[in-house]
Amino acid sequence: MTCIPTPDYSHLKCYDSVYEPSEDSFLFLDALEQEQDFLKQINPLICVEVGSGSGIILTFLASILGGKSHYIGIDINEKASQCTQQSLCHHSIQNYDCICDNMLDSLSSRMRGTVDVLLFNPPYVPTPSDEVGGTGLSASWAGGMHGREVIDLLLPQVDSFLSDGGVFYLLTVEENRPGEICQLMAAKGLIASKVLTRRARNELLTVLKFIKKKLSKDDLK
Amino acid sequence: MKLLTHNMLTSHVKGVINGYPLKLIARKVEVKDVQFNSDFISRMLKKVDWPVLKKTADMIGHGQSLPIELPVDFESNEGFLQSAHHALMEVEIIEGDLECPESGRLFPIQDGIPNMLLRKEETAQT
Repeated sequence: MTCIPTPDYSHLKCYDSVYEPSEDSFLFLDALEQEQDFLKQINPLICVEVGSGSGIILTFLASILGGKSHYIGIDINEKASQCTQQSLCHHSIQNYDCICDNMLDSLSSRMRGTVDVLLFNPPYVPTPSDEVGGTGLSASWAGGMHGREVIDLLLPQVDSFLSDGGVFYLLTVEENRPGEICQLMAAKGLIASKVLTRRARNELLTVLKFIKKKLSKDDLK
Repeated sequence: MKLLTHNMLTSHVKGVINGYPLKLIARKVEVKDVQFNSDFISRMLKKVDWPVLKKTADMIGHGQSLPIELPVDFESNEGFLQSAHHALMEVEIIEGDLECPESGRLFPIQDGIPNMLLRKEETAQT
């Protein structure tokens, strides 16, 4: 397995308003590194990260896949979108755009079925519901009940935006009930698996992977 | 923001039925060198709304070399792919607005980042 260097983020100095890369971010990088052969094999054209934050994860994906894909980083926090842009630019990635928005709201319906790789390191921390919905730093961690409220907004959209054979990576903690998420997604025909699990202080973190099955000729009959 | 991404974005203001395409009002445009990859461009063209790209590129003065219709032989037409690459990947909108075709709502583009966020009262969820 080729070792991919962790993106340098020493130039980012906005941690009063943007989530600073932490154990969860690094677990996500390790998961993508482990997945690099698979990712290259599916030869993705369009890669999207929801909640791109510092940009470290999307930059890492781009350093695995190179210039044959277009990378879109979306964040509800304008400062985070700027950080994502700086991070990609700093690593000489050229094929990207950053968008400030909530989830996939502004992607046109024409984009359904075209996203080959979708990444989401969500706000997963269980909090009171009224802490969800901000556009500042709290948007990077406040997850509402069971830490699931923001995750649950994206899950119903994943299946329709993914291309056939496309893949969705999601980071969760134990409190998010990852097993239940896998069941929900499997019910939509996505193949669920665990990529990596790691305990970091009081959090049991897992990166989940969901593949949208390619339709076979029999399915199309 | 690249014209490729413009081609993918829509307005989702509450009540708007057809928010696509967004009208691009460009105040600052830069051209950046992006490495050309013919395979990438020809694959991407299958996902691009060509008339929207052509019209938008024309409006900001970068559409001269683009044909009105996607050529039948686009996958093997290297000269065309180079022109498409330039329009999709190298023209960067740094400052401007995206205007919803139905509601007229403006979405600002600052430092190359479109801000598509809606105020609470503009969203469909209540």
